[in-house]
Amino acid sequence: MTIEPTERSPLMQAIFGRLSWDVIPFHEPILLATFVGAALLGVFVLVQITRAKAWGWLWRDWFCTIDHKKIGVMYMVLGIVMLIRGFADAIMMRLHQALAFGDSMGYLPPHHYDQIFTAHGVIMIFFVAMPFVTGLMNYVVPLQIGARDVAFPFLNNFSFWMTAAGAALVMVSLFVGEFSTTGWLAYPPLSGIAYSPGVGVDYYIWSLQIAGVGTLLSGVNLLATIIKMRAPGMTLMKMPIFTWTALCTNVLIVAAFPVLTGVLGLLSLDRYVGTHFFTNDFGGNAMMYVNLIWIWGHPEVYILILPLFGVFSEVVSTFSGKRLFGYASMVYATVVITILSYLVWLHHFFTMGSGASVNSFFGITTMIISIPTGAKMFNWLFTMYRGRIRFEVPMLWTMGFMFTFVIGGMTGVLLAVPPADFVLHNSLFLIAHFHNVIIGGVIFGVFAGINYWFPKVAGFKLDDFWGRVSFWFWQIGFLFAFMPLYVLGLMGVTRRVSHFEDMSLQPFFVVAAFGAVLIGFGILAFLIQLYVSFKRREALRDDSGDPWGGRTLEWSTSSPPPAYNFAFTPRVHELDSWHDMKARGYERPRDGYVDIHMPSNTSAGIILAGISAVLGFALIWHIWWLAGLSFVALIGTAIGHTFNYDRDFHIHANEVTDIEDTRTRQLSALRS
Amino acid sequence: MAARLTRCLLLLLLPALLTGCNAVVMAPSGDIAVQQRDLIVISTVLMLLIVVPVMVMTGVFAWRYRASNTKAKHTPDWHHSTQLELLIWAAPLLIVIALGAVTWIATHTLDPFRKLGRIDAMRPLPADIKPLKVQVVALDWKWLFFYPDYGIASVNELAAPVDVPIEFEITSSTVMNSFFIPALAGQIYAMPGMQTKLHAIINKAGDYEGFSANYSGAGFSHMRFRFAALDGAGFDRWVADVRAKPEALTREAYQALEKPSEREPVRHYGSTMAGLYDAILNLCVEPTKMCMRDMMRIDAKGGLGLNNVYNVARLTYDQPRQPGRGAYEDSYVLALCQISPDQLQATRSDAPRYSPLR
Repeated sequence: MTIEPTERSPLMQAIFGRLSWDVIPFHEPILLATFVGAALLGVFVLVQITRAKAWGWLWRDWFCTIDHKKIGVMYMVLGIVMLIRGFADAIMMRLHQALAFGDSMGYLPPHHYDQIFTAHGVIMIFFVAMPFVTGLMNYVVPLQIGARDVAFPFLNNFSFWMTAAGAALVMVSLFVGEFSTTGWLAYPPLSGIAYSPGVGVDYYIWSLQIAGVGTLLSGVNLLATIIKMRAPGMTLMKMPIFTWTALCTNVLIVAAFPVLTGVLGLLSLDRYVGTHFFTNDFGGNAMMYVNLIWIWGHPEVYILILPLFGVFSEVVSTFSGKRLFGYASMVYATVVITILSYLVWLHHFFTMGSGASVNSFFGITTMIISIPTGAKMFNWLFTMYRGRIRFEVPMLWTMGFMFTFVIGGMTGVLLAVPPADFVLHNSLFLIAHFHNVIIGGVIFGVFAGINYWFPKVAGFKLDDFWGRVSFWFWQIGFLFAFMPLYVLGLMGVTRRVSHFEDMSLQPFFVVAAFGAVLIGFGILAFLIQLYVSFKRREALRDDSGDPWGGRTLEWSTSSPPPAYNFAFTPRVHELDSWHDMKARGYERPRDGYVDIHMPSNTSAGIILAGISAVLGFALIWHIWWLAGLSFVALIGTAIGHTFNYDRDFHIHANEVTDIEDTRTRQLSALRS
Repeated sequence: MAARLTRCLLLLLLPALLTGCNAVVMAPSGDIAVQQRDLIVISTVLMLLIVVPVMVMTGVFAWRYRASNTKAKHTPDWHHSTQLELLIWAAPLLIVIALGAVTWIATHTLDPFRKLGRIDAMRPLPADIKPLKVQVVALDWKWLFFYPDYGIASVNELAAPVDVPIEFEITSSTVMNSFFIPALAGQIYAMPGMQTKLHAIINKAGDYEGFSANYSGAGFSHMRFRFAALDGAGFDRWVADVRAKPEALTREAYQALEKPSEREPVRHYGSTMAGLYDAILNLCVEPTKMCMRDMMRIDAKGGLGLNNVYNVARLTYDQPRQPGRGAYEDSYVLALCQISPDQLQATRSDAPRYSPLR
């Protein structure tokens, strides 16, 4: 199904662009049911918020907040919501592929199936993994370096809402029109206007462009924060390892995301104004797109995984009760990965027909990346060596990572051997490989991070039992879902196929679908974990602020930390400075508090992002007047915001004294 | 626990891989694919040299240094050892050096553009053997095979004699696809307006599957074809059968065939229009289109400046495929004749700039 241009008057065309009643998928029962379900859930949530009279609180304290901690939490919430959407796509695909054999065509027509796998990829990378990673960095980095907030607090709020606006556009595409059917990287010529005339690719382009602004700005922001705002004494080589990985990730973001913006910009020029960068005719060259998108795409992989390497380092060190083994080599490994990640992009398309020398160059650089990664793995191992390992939930996720990720790493290096890639490329082996590293690395890391830092955020630990249940469902579910895919890949089965003739493949897909169901239980158990922990929050309460015996500065604050994080900026003498402070019998200051200068909340970020979403929607549907209007409004609001002089305030010394005294009493109550 | 589970599952899968379940990538029938399979095995073994110890160490360390085991040594501040650091960087480095050497050699010897040097591991290529030429076009959503030496063509069926090198020239009509017969050799992209090559050989007679390994739109799932590896006599019979077919792949027949369709039955064409593959490759099957190679020739000579605008408009290839747009009807330059360098020099010096093209 493509959306055919319907006969309509020029006036209607001018007012509504391509938008009409025909684009609402009334005829697709699955979408309709989803829409009704989503609408009911939405109404329920809205009613609950209204009944709790929480709108004002939500708007002032959360939507307009420029506190990095709250923004971090909002990123995590966005990630969880989109994880559920992305997983819904995944389970639909698994179910369809398990059914669509021989005479059975499954339950999804190809057009719908193609949208689902495209949406799954886009959502999981851009709107699940990225928000999770950015959320963790946002919350933790300023606390780890002893800063009050990030360098540009307003920008931080704006970045979040731009990401959320991009996610919103993807969600809208579910019910208004269609999403792209081109696969998550939208290779032309297929994604060009001649072969994808509908709105799907436009939804893809504009949701990524809008979210991309957010990602890039948040990268700039965190980069500036880490470079400029570290506590005195914290030299680069005394920086916590998570902050190091965050630094490298943000360098990658700042260097890579403009490439994505550029290449999607060129694609939209092709689609909107008839240029020929990537068309077949007029000297266009689709190979250029593939190169450019992977010059962004490969660093993106490391943007996702590096911060989680940081999380694992923190977790291993904390739960082994031991200083991280080989801190310096860990840092160098991270930096080497950062640099090398720019020299490997071609391994995503060896089969395009570059010469043997080019292919082997990129194959070998890819293998070289496995050296620092291997060194990291050994460093974690030797951190555990002669430690006292407590298998709390974060450590459990880390152990799961260590076993799972080496398999993914191994198959990754295998794919980096060009002649081997010629038979494995685009097969389910490849799918198994990258889910192996993304689930086993990124997702496991995110859950390790959530379980590790949750007590800091909420003041109580997450429920241990449901955390373990969630982990085991994920771990076993992962093996059931993706090991069959490795085998299918070796049987020569390609990705993105919506119907099979060979009945002998079916058992493998049934097992994979079963694995996906287990993963679903894992997600459910995580949600139950959140709910149960909230119900049992008094029993799980942690007043110490340092429930795990942490080693870095975030554990020196109360849980949750005060708005200003640190009443006095800490002075750093040693790596693992909180561990060092504890070892030296550090005493909190009791008086001498001064006024603290803080940035004010503002609604500018959410308004700008809202207008951007409208602009994106207007461009997608060719509603030119609305596009023009919202563009002017966007610029106008941005300029207007520069005249907002109500940007900061002081937390009075008395108030700081009150908060800190409460904390002192809390701590002495704990001691006695 | 996780470790044991992982290993159990792998062990469960291994026999499944080796016996039955038709893991064609691991048990191919063409020499190139066999070498690629060997490479997968060699690389995997090389990497297991380091992966297995890591997994074992993870399990052992996790168990031995668990918090409840108070007998184990505990050194909370031990965090550096130069020897160990050297070892943990050197061990992966050595593996990568070995793997890198294997990769460099194999990538060059198994380059799809490289002519074959042997029939299989035991037999070198006889000097007098004539390779079979096949020109492949990926269409929406079926495969068209030209046999230029025989003047025949077929849709969704490829036949080749065993133990004879096959030279594929591969292109596509609209979007990117990937030409892949797992039993024969690795895949290579099929791209419109461009040509990739694949050299391969099949060593065992039989019926194999080929398909597109790069998603290309709605009909992609059924973009499959039969690859029949026949003995010499069988192949001759197949060619004779196809030749006897009255259908001819003319320009018009191709344009009808080119239109998007799914699950196309096998078709044979007893004859083909001369130069059709070349026209497909140059995006000029439609008689009103200028061929890419001609435009490239013009461009290579510096272009025709403003006068070329008219010609450029006739390069449109993608757009008329949209519903409601017709082809251009005006006349224009279709091709250029070759001019000798002397003549060219003469025209260049005499001609005023921006002269109309005659």
